[in-house]
Amino acid sequence: MNRVALIWRKSLNVVMLTLTGVAAFGVVAVLFLILGYLVWNGGKSLNFDFFTKLPKPVGETGGGMANAILGSLKLLFLAALMGVPVGLMAGVYLAEFGGKTFSYIIRYTTDLLNGVPSIVIGIFAYSLAVLPFKHFSTMAGGVALGIMVIPITVRSTEEFLRAVPGSLREGAMALGASKWRTIATVVLPAAKGGIITGVLLALARVAGETAPLLFTAFSNRFWSPGWGQPIASLPVMIYTYAIAPYDDWHRQAWAAGLILLALVLVANIGTRVVLSRGGGGRSA
Amino acid sequence: MEHAPLRRLDGGGPRAFLHRLRHGDEVAHLLTLTFAAGILLLTSMLVYELWVNSHLSRAKFGWMFFWTTTWDPIFDNFGAAPFIYGTLVTSVVSLLIAVPLGLAAAIFLSELAPRRMSDTISFLIDLLAAVPSVIYGLLGIFIVVPLMRTTVGPALIGSLGHVPVLGRFFKGPNYGVGFLTAGVVLAIMVVPFIISVSREVLLTVPREQREAALALGATRWEATWKVVVPWARTGILGSVFLALARALGETMAVTMVIGNDPKISASLFAPGYTIASVIANEFTEATGDLYLSALIELGLVLFLMTFILNGLARLLIVATERGRGSPS
Repeated sequence: MNRVALIWRKSLNVVMLTLTGVAAFGVVAVLFLILGYLVWNGGKSLNFDFFTKLPKPVGETGGGMANAILGSLKLLFLAALMGVPVGLMAGVYLAEFGGKTFSYIIRYTTDLLNGVPSIVIGIFAYSLAVLPFKHFSTMAGGVALGIMVIPITVRSTEEFLRAVPGSLREGAMALGASKWRTIATVVLPAAKGGIITGVLLALARVAGETAPLLFTAFSNRFWSPGWGQPIASLPVMIYTYAIAPYDDWHRQAWAAGLILLALVLVANIGTRVVLSRGGGGRSA
Repeated sequence: MEHAPLRRLDGGGPRAFLHRLRHGDEVAHLLTLTFAAGILLLTSMLVYELWVNSHLSRAKFGWMFFWTTTWDPIFDNFGAAPFIYGTLVTSVVSLLIAVPLGLAAAIFLSELAPRRMSDTISFLIDLLAAVPSVIYGLLGIFIVVPLMRTTVGPALIGSLGHVPVLGRFFKGPNYGVGFLTAGVVLAIMVVPFIISVSREVLLTVPREQREAALALGATRWEATWKVVVPWARTGILGSVFLALARALGETMAVTMVIGNDPKISASLFAPGYTIASVIANEFTEATGDLYLSALIELGLVLFLMTFILNGLARLLIVATERGRGSPS
């Protein structure tokens, strides 16, 4: 009987441990499935027109998403312009100046903001930047994405500043530099690589956001000059094209999906490589 | 004291500004503090805007908003029950799939895999978390939905549909879109969060715990399941809450595969609707003030749900990693 129990326990051991391995590799397989499917479908539909032409009117095949590509870039530019300075400064405050209670509150709020569903950020940006002007605009989309950039930038900035060894600060202070001067000329440069990485990751993350743009930047089938008009973006185009009933639009949705995924993954992998080489201020 | 430099700075012209900055730790302090406080202000404004802009709907429907099931923009009659139901059902389905899968994978990564392999796999799984939601939706529409319609759905209806209690969830017409499909897509999206947080929590379990169990004659699995996992359970629960918060607020992928029909049905194959997707679909078309207000109130509900869950998750994870997992 004891023997039976032992065999049971040993086989359970093997079965369960195998299952955990299957689970881990299964999840990784999903990533490659996604990649493979997008490369296959997107690659087939990707052509030169996609990058250079405007969308064709409904019912005509062909055309491209040049306006959406430029739109995404403009929105990211605005998001960086609004979100990065706030995130950086707040990160510096948390790492270098912060006291105990107030810092805790700021950190908690930052986490809270980070966890707010993107669609709710969309509503917020709508009430900030669409309601007062009564129309959708590039600016409003930038506000929505900018708000999302802030918490990510804060946390990465703080983390990389904290990784700078205290001896560097003490060295600068011992030479008579004031605190802000130490931060600006010694600490920040030492953490530069990491901070830039964090900003890039934040931008990569908001580059794929669709929900907050639906009712802030809206969409546009033409070029959108200036900053005051609705503007197309890659994620919103993927969404509208994917749920539309036209095969040619589906084809273009795949192509856009491939481009978007490639951008996001390149940013993620690239920053990871830079960080693991020790360029992130973690060295020394 | 601290306010003096700032006030003078305004009227002092560029040279005075530079001069002050040269000796101005306080200025730097205040400047960064202002931005940090800006985040506080921004977040408060977010809550305020949601609260104020949902005023019309809150005043008219009160608590009944959560219990009534009609969503009728033409007669200005709004009840949120179908959306809350849809949000909860899809999230629960996704957790039922993602928790066992994620926990198993986390166990493999922390207990079995060699360090290098574990790190590589974790990196790949983190990449999975970086894939934009709309791309999951795209794959959902063109892969998961057809698969559900032709293969998985009929198989489930054929097998589980006849089981007494459970069968209620697996009956009815199968369109491919619906609660189950949304749950499956969500599961893929939240599993990376469960894995990465659980793995970290599991790695903080002291080595002695494992060794003691093994020394007492436990098999590897028994040591893991009966000693390591219980030790880390608070943190694992935290990862589940985190995943739940993400699942509740997920918009695009769900909107693309759930069918967008505000109905409450027991069948998991029936099309439904979630809070996030109704906001995404109807916000730009909301013509009346009350209509818009009702949608914003839905946003407020969603915000509160994720706020509470994120707070709980954070508490739990911090509790395990700091309180119990101190390496000895």
